[in-house]
Amino acid sequence: MISRQDVEQVARLARLHLSDAELERMREQLDAILAYIDKLRELDVEGVEPTSHAVPLVNVMRDDEVAPCLPQETALANAPDRAGEFFRVPRIIED
Amino acid sequence: MTTDLTRLTIHELTAAYRRRETTPSEATAAYLARIEKLDGQVGAYLTVTRDRALTTAGAADARYRDGAPLGPLDGVPLAYKDVLCTRGVTTTCGSRILEGFVPPYDATAVARLAAAGAVMLGKTNMDEFAMGSSTEHSAFHPTRNPWDLDRVPGGSSGGSAAAVAGGLAVAALGTDTGGSVRQPAAFCGIVGFKPTYGRISRYGLVAFGSSLDHIGPLTRDVRDAALVLHAIAGADAHDSTCVDEAVPDYARLLEGGVGGLRFGVPREYFGAGLEPEVEAAVRAAIARLRDLGATVEEVSLPTTDYGLAVYYIVAPAEASSNLARYDGVKYGLRAPGGKDLIDMESRTRAAGFGAEVKRRIMLGTYALSAGYYDAYYGRAQKVRTLVRRDFEAAFTRVDLLVGPTTPSVAFKLGEKADPLAMYLNDVFTVGGDLAGLPALSLRCGFTAAGLPIGLQLIGRPFDEPRLLRAAYAYEQATDWLSRRPSLEATR
Repeated sequence: MISRQDVEQVARLARLHLSDAELERMREQLDAILAYIDKLRELDVEGVEPTSHAVPLVNVMRDDEVAPCLPQETALANAPDRAGEFFRVPRIIED
Repeated sequence: MTTDLTRLTIHELTAAYRRRETTPSEATAAYLARIEKLDGQVGAYLTVTRDRALTTAGAADARYRDGAPLGPLDGVPLAYKDVLCTRGVTTTCGSRILEGFVPPYDATAVARLAAAGAVMLGKTNMDEFAMGSSTEHSAFHPTRNPWDLDRVPGGSSGGSAAAVAGGLAVAALGTDTGGSVRQPAAFCGIVGFKPTYGRISRYGLVAFGSSLDHIGPLTRDVRDAALVLHAIAGADAHDSTCVDEAVPDYARLLEGGVGGLRFGVPREYFGAGLEPEVEAAVRAAIARLRDLGATVEEVSLPTTDYGLAVYYIVAPAEASSNLARYDGVKYGLRAPGGKDLIDMESRTRAAGFGAEVKRRIMLGTYALSAGYYDAYYGRAQKVRTLVRRDFEAAFTRVDLLVGPTTPSVAFKLGEKADPLAMYLNDVFTVGGDLAGLPALSLRCGFTAAGLPIGLQLIGRPFDEPRLLRAAYAYEQATDWLSRRPSLEATR
């Protein structure tokens, strides 16, 4: 059973502001989904290798060559806030 | 010209272009007129790129006039799911957090279709960030099923499926992470084809679950699916997960029938929860395959029931990581009033994401967090290996698997309010994504109420030619495609 404190902690990690009502609703829904997912415990996975990817591709290499990339102006074009050549964000360092 | 251009398949339309019976401009104009008239009811599109479509079509006209079309897709009006980046054309993923986002580049699949002369009609609606099975989770509006406007088209590629079924695009691209191409194709009675993981570059596909995301065509028939796949498949320097395997000319490999092919019928796909009318239609289709010369035997995929649980750990875990990029800094929404960076990010994400996306981010973050990782994510990845082994074992005995695409036909809007009930829609499709196998849904009948039923075929990795050949043989031997939804008559 997932606790209210767990949900608050996960919301902080996920950078999601949730209201009290949302937190409670989320707790109930996550609880129901996790109860369903608990069926995975029925299977014996001792010694089974995990699958992270469906095709066996490892370390796809290419030559390290200079190639065109996005011009700075294009990369900044969708910024919600910018200052000159930079993305602008709220202050993160105290005075 | 008396034929309704908006009813033709890709190969029929381009044949008409070559015979000079019509032109790409005429066909494009016919589609744009139909979208204007009917998409208010269906809601298939988020953006219609009218001027650009007419310009592109005009260039194709000239090539046909000169007797030098670019190939089998030149001048064909297509629609793209709004999760595929299109340079200079808004790409929202059905989310407020990307409202107004204009990508600086094209997805490789889109670029390859453009290079083949295809005409983009617009961008189609979807469940937000492809999370859903009904297209009700779009932040903008729901999409409705052209066969019955009170019903959902499926999802998450519901806009693409409804556009193709409703005569609002010849064909479309969608994406499939847990069934999002095949399930809406089944609900809308069209062909939905998810090829092997790594067959199509995902460069420019906005990521949801990276080990599961696939691009796939939604088309009116099997030949069209082969034509679109041929145009977009193959290695791409921009996507290291795209496999460098030769791309056969799929449309030339459709003939040959199913004689001698061995089909496996997974026992677990016919359990409780399968609607009787769906089961009857699928069993009849399997009998038809046998009549056509195939051998059919029962097989078992014992972990079928666990696939969904694996999926609902792995996909949200990957999504929680992929969607961390929506932080109000580089693009998309930024909510006002943030006291500091973390507060700004948390407000932005709270305002920009819908309920289902938040639920999955929370679930994924929880499954990956310290203390729970082994119990959830680690265990799910191991069970994913068991799911894969089930398929490998079945494919030592048979060439293809055949069964239902979905347990039910299209349900009504608002009918599945409980998230888990919605998730259960994917029970037969997630296996193909977890194991990365090519899988296709095509029409195999109708319910008494006139709703289409989907037949699913699953093949071995990179065995698309055999999968398409079997689907084509079934399609040619049956007459299901003669029925069309009649949008004009409904309201």
